[in-house]
Amino acid sequence: MHSYRTTSIQKVFTYMGLSGLAVLILAGFTASFLKSTGLFIGLGLISIGVIGYTFSSYSGLPAGIKNNGVWHQSLTSRGIVAWVVGVILTAFYVTLYFYPEHLEGLIRLFDPLSEGLSGKKASQWFVYGVLYTLAIVLFGIKFIIKYKHSKYQKYRTYSVIFFQTIFAFLIPEIMARLNGDLPYYDLKSIWPLNYYLFDGYQLDGFLQNGSLGTILLIFGILSTLIITPILTYKFGKRWYCSWVCGCGGLAETAGDPFRQLSDKSLRAWKLERWMIHLILAWVFISTVGVVYSYLLQAPDSYLLGPKIFLISVSLLFSLVVGLILWKRKDWLAKDAQSSAIAISSVILLLLGFFFFSESDRVLFIPSYQIRSAYGFFIGSIFSGVIGTGFYPILGNRVWCRFGCPMAAILGIQQKLFSKFQISTNGGQCISCGNCSAYCEMGIDVRAYAQREEPIKRASCVGCGICSAVCPRGVLRLES
Amino acid sequence: MNEKIVIIGNGIAGSTLALQLAKEGTGSVTLISDESSYFFSRTALMYVYMGHLTKEQLEPLSRESWDQSPIQRVKARVLSINPENKELSFRNNEGEVKQLSYDRLVIATGSKPAFYDWNGQEAEGILGLYHLSDLEKLEKWAPNASACPEAVVIGGGLIGIELCEMLLSRQIKTTLIIRENFFWSSHLPESDAQLVEKHIQSHHLNLIKEDELLEIRADDTGRVASIQTKKGETISCNLVGLTTGVRPNIEFLKTSRLELDKGILVDEYLKTSDPSIYAIGDCAQLRNPLSNRSAIEPVWYTSKLMGETLAQTFSGQPTPYNPGIWYNSAKFFDLEYQTYGRVHPKALQPENEQHFHWETDEKGMTFAYDKTSGAFLGVNTFGIRLNHRIVSSWIETAITIQEVIRRLEEAHFDPEFSNRYYKQINHAFVQNH
Ligand SMILES: Cc1cc2nc3c(=O)[nH]c(=O)nc-3n(C[C@H](O)[C@H](O)[C@H](O)COP(=O)(O)OP(=O)(O)OC[C@H]3O[C@@H](n4cnc5c(N)ncnc54)[C@H](O)[C@@H]3O)c2cc1C
Ligand code: SF4
Ligand code: SF4
Repeated sequence: MHSYRTTSIQKVFTYMGLSGLAVLILAGFTASFLKSTGLFIGLGLISIGVIGYTFSSYSGLPAGIKNNGVWHQSLTSRGIVAWVVGVILTAFYVTLYFYPEHLEGLIRLFDPLSEGLSGKKASQWFVYGVLYTLAIVLFGIKFIIKYKHSKYQKYRTYSVIFFQTIFAFLIPEIMARLNGDLPYYDLKSIWPLNYYLFDGYQLDGFLQNGSLGTILLIFGILSTLIITPILTYKFGKRWYCSWVCGCGGLAETAGDPFRQLSDKSLRAWKLERWMIHLILAWVFISTVGVVYSYLLQAPDSYLLGPKIFLISVSLLFSLVVGLILWKRKDWLAKDAQSSAIAISSVILLLLGFFFFSESDRVLFIPSYQIRSAYGFFIGSIFSGVIGTGFYPILGNRVWCRFGCPMAAILGIQQKLFSKFQISTNGGQCISCGNCSAYCEMGIDVRAYAQREEPIKRASCVGCGICSAVCPRGVLRLES
Repeated sequence: MNEKIVIIGNGIAGSTLALQLAKEGTGSVTLISDESSYFFSRTALMYVYMGHLTKEQLEPLSRESWDQSPIQRVKARVLSINPENKELSFRNNEGEVKQLSYDRLVIATGSKPAFYDWNGQEAEGILGLYHLSDLEKLEKWAPNASACPEAVVIGGGLIGIELCEMLLSRQIKTTLIIRENFFWSSHLPESDAQLVEKHIQSHHLNLIKEDELLEIRADDTGRVASIQTKKGETISCNLVGLTTGVRPNIEFLKTSRLELDKGILVDEYLKTSDPSIYAIGDCAQLRNPLSNRSAIEPVWYTSKLMGETLAQTFSGQPTPYNPGIWYNSAKFFDLEYQTYGRVHPKALQPENEQHFHWETDEKGMTFAYDKTSGAFLGVNTFGIRLNHRIVSSWIETAITIQEVIRRLEEAHFDPEFSNRYYKQINHAFVQNH
């Protein structure tokens, strides 16, 4: 009925990309089919499909916002196509995480590539890494061409492509080749996003690998405690969420067509604040518990005794929370203050349990179980299956908004001590609603803009799309 | 005393007033309007047809908040008012005619498209662009390029150009006919108009200048088939958009003895000739327009400001309407336009107003200043965003054009990493002066 039907050239490229996927699947099921050439034919067709689609969509068009037909197309307005894509993506994630044996054929296809890089055979995670990186690169190129008029959009996309290919993908593979025992370490993945950084086997890996291992471990701790707050103070959480992070990278590139699907209701905002902070508390407790139990096994072999460790963590934690409540009381709504106090008290209570019971049990459950439950529910189900599988239904930043503990920490920093904000341009707002509609974090930007107030929200990832789509030049990201 | 305040029209003017009064607990407020049950942004109608926004997203305030507020909302059309009895009559959704009394009445009925009497304008496929119902008509008559291969839009104001952009977004071949010899010449100096023309033509809009609609011709089914222009050209088309301006929507007041001109005449407190009746928004006409501003200004922020001003008066702080320095903004396809102060087109340019125009590919600025004193009067900017507060304060304090050019970067409002043109502008200015 509408004229936003895809043109025939766009269709050809769409089919080409889909046939690339089909080749991968076929080759995966029938290992004899095409062997590894299947890999290169499959990936090649996918790449040509995405790039071809991009050029047939945008080339020849003047620079500017390209949102025509977003709410008329099935894929981008929760139509049938969106549900089909959502189900397929979800199925892929479930298989990848829980039934990798069904992907055996597919994984073997990737052996030559993996052997070329790290010298090892491919694992399911290698396959995932390749597809993930490819998605960010290809859809990143699409994004850059779509937003060719905006340098801010182009630069941050170059940045996420760079961090994904070099830091998340290549460096860990090469490190594995140079030093087989070092834990797989994506340098840009910071605790608590990287919740397993302080797991026993990881710590073993770091500590038994001489100075390089130690340096990496120290870098990991400094990233969380020093580097992150400084960068967030200067630039806001966007330095990570929209310029560096891999989850954000996928959301901004492959997820870009779905940003308008985020829930803008007040209810969603409330849910978001509870969920993200409880998950942060969960990862905090389980990490402390896991390290504590690691130290308990051999209380005298490390500089840091288990009790000293617990005391310093509790002190540091209380200091930070106390400072926030004292210095920034006026910046926090009443309900935010009381929930902060409630969550912090529970955390301190649990730390107290650790201390006096001399065990790492949280209410009789050993902390490694809490940690593995976290890995299962949050690390796999939430960030992967729901976070990405549901892009076409819930929007592209569901994980970042409701689940990511890193976003929670950065958000607290952004709200309480950061130079970042979105300024509004006097009375120019016409309340059109484009900014709110395309905010992937579900922020009602218009509500601030029409009152001529700056936007200072913990959840804002600084993607800058609100500013790009505003037809009256009202919004400016500043830091 | 709980005064009964009745507001007609739930546009930005009426809704702003109602919400503000509800917040302060002033009076008991009834908001009566015929177009929609919930306030929506008329300014964004185009984005619904273009598929950027859903209809619900036009509503700045959630339906829940409206339902919870103490404001009584009535969906009905006001037929007439009777100031002698402080009463109005309206027809509700069920078609019943009823009366409603008030202590204070506020008229905020906005504008409507100004149609002139063209031959054949009753054919099917002819519309203005103002109401939600116009969107429905568009979906019916111009759902896509196969149902509607060609369209003609008459009149090149801001709404006309939006309609063109809408139609082109569905690949409908669109012709825009304007009477003047360059685009929006009632507002833009020629150099600016040329910049805009170049841009809109690059979007494949067929622009016909210095011609006018003579008559509209329909086919056997009564659907528009072509139009004829005064210069004798025949253009075949399946849709005609008439966007030759808007005028205050006040027909229902003709019998009321309120003093009317083009709009409802009001004083600086927005009061009409009847001491219990006020008018705000597009339908109000100031008896004594402020310096450098018009008596009727059918724009979003003035309507909003009138609502806010009147809310203060009603809450016990009589406040005169004072919009300050004129500003506005628009977007011609992908070209953003902002204006601050006054930059007159040639026909209206006062003797003493001098212009400095600078332009580079798809970006441009025109500065207006006083020939003798050099005082800065205003600026039009295309493709470059400027800071409203800063530029306004420069106009208010009448700093010189030299100083404005020198300090222009202070008003920078483009996104980070954007190209900065301030040195170029400075250079061009120095060479010219
Ligand atoms: C397509 C379009 C784009 C625009 N873009 C811009 C822009 O970019 N920037 C800008 O500044 N301005 C813009 N405007 C102008 C702006 O929308 C108006 O200035 C503004 O909406 C006026 O608000 P208002 O509250 O006075 O009236 P309205 O918004 O017209 O609201 C009045 C309401 O009252 C109802 N009503 C009228 N008579 C009666 C009656 N007798 N009984 C019951 N109800 C009645 C009407 O149906 C209407 O819903 C645009 C206008 C249009 C049509
Ligand atoms: S407020 Fe703007 S910059 Fe922040 S997340 Fe939303 S769209 Fe992005
Ligand atoms: S997009 Fe711009 S004009 Fe529209 S509501 Fe947001 S800030 Fe206002």
